Amino acid sequence: MTIHQAPARSVEQKSTGGFAIEAEDLVKSYGEVRALQGLTFSVPAGGIFSLLGPNGAGKSTTVKILTTLSRADSGRATVAGHDVGRQPNKVRRAIGYVSQKSAVDPEATGVENLTLQGQLYGLRGAPLKQRVAELLDQFHLTAEGGRLVRTYSGGMQRKLHVGMGLLHRPSVLFLDEPTIGLDPEARAEIWQEISRLATDEGLTVLLTTHYLDEADRLADRIAIVDAGKVVVEGTSEELKGELRGDTVQFEFAEPPNAELVNRVLSDQDDAMSEIKIDGRVLRARVGNGATALPATLAALTAAGATVAAATVSRPSLDDVYLRYTGRAFHNTGNEVPR
Amino acid sequence: MTVALANSRQISVRHLRALARQPYWIAVTLVQPIVWLLLFGELFKRVADLPGFTGASYIAYLTPGIVVMTAVFANGWSGMTYIQDMDRGIMDRFLVSPASRAALIAGGLGYQAVITIIQAVIIIGLGFAVGARFEGGLGVMLVFLLGAVVLGAAFAALSNLIALLVRRDESVVAAVNFLLLPLSFLSAMFLPETLMPGWMQAAARFNPVNWAVEIGRQTIEADVDWALIGTRMLYLALFAGVLAYLSARAFRSYQRSI
Repeated sequence: MTIHQAPARSVEQKSTGGFAIEAEDLVKSYGEVRALQGLTFSVPAGGIFSLLGPNGAGKSTTVKILTTLSRADSGRATVAGHDVGRQPNKVRRAIGYVSQKSAVDPEATGVENLTLQGQLYGLRGAPLKQRVAELLDQFHLTAEGGRLVRTYSGGMQRKLHVGMGLLHRPSVLFLDEPTIGLDPEARAEIWQEISRLATDEGLTVLLTTHYLDEADRLADRIAIVDAGKVVVEGTSEELKGELRGDTVQFEFAEPPNAELVNRVLSDQDDAMSEIKIDGRVLRARVGNGATALPATLAALTAAGATVAAATVSRPSLDDVYLRYTGRAFHNTGNEVPR
Repeated sequence: MTVALANSRQISVRHLRALARQPYWIAVTLVQPIVWLLLFGELFKRVADLPGFTGASYIAYLTPGIVVMTAVFANGWSGMTYIQDMDRGIMDRFLVSPASRAALIAGGLGYQAVITIIQAVIIIGLGFAVGARFEGGLGVMLVFLLGAVVLGAAFAALSNLIALLVRRDESVVAAVNFLLLPLSFLSAMFLPETLMPGWMQAAARFNPVNWAVEIGRQTIEADVDWALIGTRMLYLALFAGVLAYLSARAFRSYQRSI
């Protein structure tokens, strides 16, 4: 308890053997809807951990339970060494929570928002004033600190909100879809700040997102959540590495004869696997795409299948997602940003 | 404990500051009770001529009633602030902080109490200006103000409770209109009990609004019935206590549902 209240953050979480967050078999239903169906994962102290999944996968519900806002029907979880069900106040002091909703008070100024936030955590007087000034400076809002928040742009409001989550110097920060609805510029700025927090300030960040590129770019470790469960977890490289090899995609002039192309592709020296045909498009996996492509193209042409276009790509998180959930990410109803 | 008290005060200040930034809203809040006092004062003026009306003037009779009516309605809308805070995510931010639930509730009620007192003082001043005399003296007047604040807190807590349970502003509006208007008319706010039908008199005895009106009526009496004031204050305090407890419980139900 003492280490989490100390002004200087401690990266070590001795009490939980190096884990800042441990969630075990969390179950939560809203009426008939089963939001979480035995969700389990652990977040090592320090660094950025991302829960990645489509809308409705259970990410926000998980965050609400871990931040003590909501309660799980069953299962247990500890955050910064404290049980979320039994020691909610200790958890609350150790964490910062930046929810998906803006949660800033539009009828108050930036300074007033930050000040009240600090007061709710028991800060006051000169140290609070100093901390407020520090955060305004850190998020480049000093000039706007005295303005009503309803005059802020979306990006400024989000920065203020993140600042409010950091005010009491938490050891674990929860960011629920931090860049949703932001323009690319504001998005880049938030990304930069999140990276900085994890590296320079030794904070543990739990980030939920449905943007593949956000998880890929920011997170040290990623857990893919689907239908209320973690389906796979690892570093971005590990997840992609498990797919082994490259993705090749052929676009045929007309829908190919499945049996024919399957035979041709499997006969190659560097045989292709996981062949999927969808109309004129064929996707498959191969050990080394660059070397396999010329021979395969020649063989396909010899067999009478005309290839209009061919691409080779390194495995992406999209491929990982497809493999573990059986659906392509862009088919889950998510907007995919540039 | 001191942090909790400070937190309540800080949350009250948050609401007062937001109010101070909306001049139109302030104007309506201040003008509306004045309109009620003058409108009802004219409308029911002849009541003073009816046999059974015992009192100096109708405006003196009406003034405490309008104070109570204003307290009931202004506080009855309290839940709308909760709905707004829930929609904006501010409520969740507060609930994730270590601030005590009691402080969150008390902060809103403290703000409402300040508004209730300001409105009451304006109505009483205006009543005095148009001829109402409060023979009971300052002591009774202060107790009456406290009674209006306690009654207001009870309805604010009820309104917050509805907001936390149903989480829709239409429902709060409907509940406020459904409940508060009949409760106001089932009291001696506009007419003395002696002029009411028997069943209404019986119902008024159990009506919290009427308890506050009864205390208010003592402000215009030269001969103050302190025993009556004491029992009515006790009832009001119990009523408010129960509703404050229930609205604290409603936070749990809200948190289970999100």
